Amino acid sequence: MAAPTQTVERTSESPHLRVGERLRILAAHREILANLVRKELKVKYAASVLGAVWSVLNPLVYLAVFSFVAKVLGAGIPNYPVYLLSGLLAWNLFSASMGSGARAVLDNANLVKKVAFAREILPLAAVGVGLVDFALQSAVLLLYVIVSGYGLHLPELALWPLAFVTLLVLTVALTLWFSALNVRYRDVEHLLNIALLVWFWATPIVYAEFQVQDLAEGGRGTWLGIPRLALYLLNPMVDVVAGFHRALYGTVTPIGSPEPVLFDKSLAWVAGILTITLIVSLVGVRFAWGYFFSRSGDFAEEL
Amino acid sequence: MNAPAIEVADVSKRFRIYRDKPTSLKQRVLSSRSRAEDFWALRGVALDVGEGSTFGLIGHNGSGKTTLLKCVAGILRPTSGTIRQRGRLAALLELGAGFHPELTGRENVYLNASFLGLSRRQTDAAFDDIVAFAELEDFIDNEVKFYSSGMLVRLGFAVAVHVKPDVLLIDEVLAVGDEAFQAKCLDRVRAFQREGRTIVLVTHALDTVIEICDRAAMLHHGELHAIGMPADVVREMRYVLLGVTDPNFVPEEGTREAEIAEVQIVRPNGSSEGAILRGDPLTIVIDVRQNEPLDDLDVDFAVLDGATNHAVLDARTSRADLDLGRFEKKRVRFRIEAFPYEPGKYWVTVGLSNRTTGHLYHVQTQRYLFEVFDAPRVQERVEVPVAVEVEDL
Repeated sequence: MAAPTQTVERTSESPHLRVGERLRILAAHREILANLVRKELKVKYAASVLGAVWSVLNPLVYLAVFSFVAKVLGAGIPNYPVYLLSGLLAWNLFSASMGSGARAVLDNANLVKKVAFAREILPLAAVGVGLVDFALQSAVLLLYVIVSGYGLHLPELALWPLAFVTLLVLTVALTLWFSALNVRYRDVEHLLNIALLVWFWATPIVYAEFQVQDLAEGGRGTWLGIPRLALYLLNPMVDVVAGFHRALYGTVTPIGSPEPVLFDKSLAWVAGILTITLIVSLVGVRFAWGYFFSRSGDFAEEL
Repeated sequence: MNAPAIEVADVSKRFRIYRDKPTSLKQRVLSSRSRAEDFWALRGVALDVGEGSTFGLIGHNGSGKTTLLKCVAGILRPTSGTIRQRGRLAALLELGAGFHPELTGRENVYLNASFLGLSRRQTDAAFDDIVAFAELEDFIDNEVKFYSSGMLVRLGFAVAVHVKPDVLLIDEVLAVGDEAFQAKCLDRVRAFQREGRTIVLVTHALDTVIEICDRAAMLHHGELHAIGMPADVVREMRYVLLGVTDPNFVPEEGTREAEIAEVQIVRPNGSSEGAILRGDPLTIVIDVRQNEPLDDLDVDFAVLDGATNHAVLDARTSRADLDLGRFEKKRVRFRIEAFPYEPGKYWVTVGLSNRTTGHLYHVQTQRYLFEVFDAPRVQERVEVPVAVEVEDL
């Protein structure tokens, strides 16, 4: 009640996003965000005996399956579980947020039609749920790294915060964009499911980064004058996953491995591609948010 | 009057009605634009709501009340025009919007409260009050999928009345629960009024508008049809609903060659006051005075449902083939053997006219009121045919 009296003007114009002002409104609505995340988690595991254990079980099963596949196929990555999980967890946050974020507005049609609140909260809550799972799964990974004696690599670990922030910003940008787009074109979520499948294999999660570098730099290293590795790095998830690998897997060429596993580049190079991705993602958030915001005025009508 | 809390300036809202709405790329490419039809839910509506006042918004279904409220709340964007609104706003468009069946009552209270702008700490402080108000102390930790609809509505309202906004928009949510709960809700609205909050109330309960609003407006097919004192606007509303086209509504009209001297609605106990039970007999007693000798005088009455303003019952002397003849003063009794309709308030319109020409001598429109309560449901034994079959096995 003590808040200063603010005047809101609503016109026929599509609202224009003013970031600072909007951030203040979102901050005022943070309670809704927290409650929605809590609700989603509760509902997700409602009436299940194991609850959040399921969330941790998912990477464990992946771990078992892919370790087995790697053995059979002879991918030859030492300490494969650490390599796989450090990239896979980032991917899980990314794909789960986008998958449920794309449906966030549709699934909450009743709220959108009846309650006035900042609509961005719906896709953001999807990211929030992804973050909770990410935290649980990261705890599993951390436990594994310590118990197995693999240990943490100190200078590389400093890359983790940068990789994490880049992942988060990228995920928020795409989730906002897809959730607004999906209200108008319901094709989007189907398209997204297929795209994510391709995207997963276009990202070095299961296979070694160096294999791609080797392919790209072998023979003619360029395509139309552009280094072929640079084209691969255009996939922002490659940069993000490379960041997580470098931070947690740590060594480019593990002892006992005939060739490198990670990109055979310096730490500064990885930090560099992450920074570029972060900047591009920040611009992406601005545009995706602007698009979401200008469309959000019509959500109640289009559902 | 204070500075307006809400200014609505020339607001129109167009909905596009698609025969089959394109929601995929393929449909959007293939279907032509001509399939869309325009529907104007609001046309050039302009009104101000003064700060601290209680404003009633009435109109029949589809008149645009809810659309206007949603535009003010920011859920819908006007097609043209401007809405300016000052202060913190909370909109109750539906009780318990966002309740999730898998969550407990307690969790839903926190979720719902945050939608209405309460912080966690404020909800903590109000929590016991909310539960007590909803009378759900024993069930608050059960999942709401086990609640009855009445319990859900009570919980929804209990949360809503603990929100402390500057401007409160209420859409048709006061008409919930039993009589006692409704009274409790109205008490809360009055408390809001005392605290100087601005309230916009959309409702079909016209009596409530007269009782608690400072001003009122009536929407009709998306246009502002009347605005002013609640009693006037409500009268106008009743008039329009009756289907009479004369805009200069008067509750009483006629040339007065004959006059309605007195009307009594006699209840079964012989009194002309108090409520009746559903199924009770009712007598409408009309004393008529002829000021000059008249032939073919017809006396009639109609009963209108106070909630919807639809006529539910009528009768006239001519239909019973009664010729009153010339007289100075006569008493006509219409006996209703059992009043069959739902509990609620009912208005009575009484009229004197010429049975051949239709000329109106005196009409009192919705002047008299009676209320119906539900009779205790004790099932009576009736003859029910029961078939009996026996077969060998």
